[in-house]
Amino acid sequence: MSQQAALGRPPTPLVALAAVAATLLVVPLLTLVVDTPWGSFLSLLGSDAVLDALRITALTSLLTVVGCVALGTPLAWLLARVDFPGRSLLRAAVTVPLVLPPVVAGVALVTALGRNGVVGGPLHDTLGVTLPYTTTAVVIAHTFVSMPFYVLSVEGALRSSGERYDVVAATLGATRWETLRRVTLPLAMPGVLAGAALAWARSIGEFGATITFAGNYPGTTQTMPSLIYTTLQGDPEVARTLSMILLVASVAILAALRNRWLTAP
Amino acid sequence: MSGLSGLKADIVVPGRLDASVTAEPGAVVAVIGPNGAGKTTLLRAVAGLVEMHGEVTVDGESWTSPRRLVRDRRLGFVFQDQSLFPHLSALGNVAFGLRTRRTPRREAEATAHEWLERFGVGDLAGRRPAELSGGQAQRVAIARALAPDPGLLLLDEPFAGLDVGVATSLRLELARHLRDFAGVTLLVTHDALDALTLADQVLVLDDGAVAQAGTPREVAARPRTDHVARLVGLNVIREGDAYRSFSPRAVTVSLSRPEGSARHRWEGPVVSAVPHGDAVRVLVSAGPDLLADVTPAAAAELGLVPGRRVWLSVKETAVEAYAVS
Repeated sequence: MSQQAALGRPPTPLVALAAVAATLLVVPLLTLVVDTPWGSFLSLLGSDAVLDALRITALTSLLTVVGCVALGTPLAWLLARVDFPGRSLLRAAVTVPLVLPPVVAGVALVTALGRNGVVGGPLHDTLGVTLPYTTTAVVIAHTFVSMPFYVLSVEGALRSSGERYDVVAATLGATRWETLRRVTLPLAMPGVLAGAALAWARSIGEFGATITFAGNYPGTTQTMPSLIYTTLQGDPEVARTLSMILLVASVAILAALRNRWLTAP
Repeated sequence: MSGLSGLKADIVVPGRLDASVTAEPGAVVAVIGPNGAGKTTLLRAVAGLVEMHGEVTVDGESWTSPRRLVRDRRLGFVFQDQSLFPHLSALGNVAFGLRTRRTPRREAEATAHEWLERFGVGDLAGRRPAELSGGQAQRVAIARALAPDPGLLLLDEPFAGLDVGVATSLRLELARHLRDFAGVTLLVTHDALDALTLADQVLVLDDGAVAQAGTPREVAARPRTDHVARLVGLNVIREGDAYRSFSPRAVTVSLSRPEGSARHRWEGPVVSAVPHGDAVRVLVSAGPDLLADVTPAAAAELGLVPGRRVWLSVKETAVEAYAVS
């Protein structure tokens, strides 16, 4: 404290701009909390439309996390540990969905998996499988936008734990599979958990890709964000209540991750 | 050499190492040499961790034709840096190599516990590596390497980074365990004491090639490289087709050109003067770098500070001469 004081007062313009930034971030959330019709909160929470949307959001975000862990872990391992031609190209491709506007992701998914899509067409003609406008489509859209968060987080953890312990395990007679299971993954576990939490957070907030690829059908593809969008047209009060529910969920995730990212070094 | 047991290795790692080593079962081979001489490369090549040409045969089985994966070479490797798995207990670390070789969990843990007891760290079995001291961790690492009963033990500077006292007691313990170990041990070290106390054979590497091989006594008495001469505290110079070695204690330091019968004379500036036992050890850049031990009184009288030009001489009777192999 005394050392800080010895450096002089913080410059006024800096303090002023920081205050504007903080206001911009905090005020909308505060008004949401204040303006939520808490009286009707519980009864709204019990309505069929809300329960359906909550159920679909919970189910699809859970399946998204499972999909990311099951498919993303091998991909992250491959990117971190195996030298193959086109590795850096593949890593770049994996990161594209991070910066892609979600609506564009949805259009891309329709192009690939839509009923007349490049992959979806043959899929429909031969197996009779139609993906768009199903709950499966919601999961695919969510996995598409969430996977990069998971893969990058796990790949980073695999890289920082290093190949050193893989070498030690090999000198002790371990196969690559045993090494992955007993050494590499346990050491990368913080990255796996952080990646899963990020993927989950991305999934429950997903709107653009979902509504483009899966639509907005109550009971099958209407997630919480889609329901909020719909109700905002007619009943803003309900939209605020639903938003409050998602805000609480997001803050809960943030609290769970606090120890990893929010603790100042 | 029966050719069927022990270690026989001819190793070429392009640009870094070209060396051969043979050893009987139970032998301990100290590998010494300056930094960058290829000591660690030799161990890593034997272990299959670097690309190499040539042959490695252990107990009559070739590890190189066809090339065996690292995991299929029955070896124990103690790495230079503390390389215990941080997420496993000491017991879990030692049991690891037993579990990968299909030992049932209970049996593996019982054997691992015996090994920890043998190294005097049995009561630390439940601790994570972060909760162990350097000496304790290195004991666990050596126990981990020995537990699966390897045919070859590779130790890469096992005492580096330990306090002198800890290193000394660990060195004595290791000597005892190596006597019981039936396979060949390759021990990379920077310390002449390791080579003299632990090894049956010494392999001196210099610039990626074998500069000298022999028993510790031979190598210490008749060093063929500056590096080993320094390690054992001798001066060594090469004259034509012979080496001449002599102790720093036999060197006389004077400020003027010595008269009389001394045949070997050099002149040059003092590089350093540091206490060495009850003497002062002076390093002089006299063509070859030479060491001379003088009494503290003489050092003060001669004013032996860095930069001071002095004459060194040694009597022929104090010099041992031996042929360049």
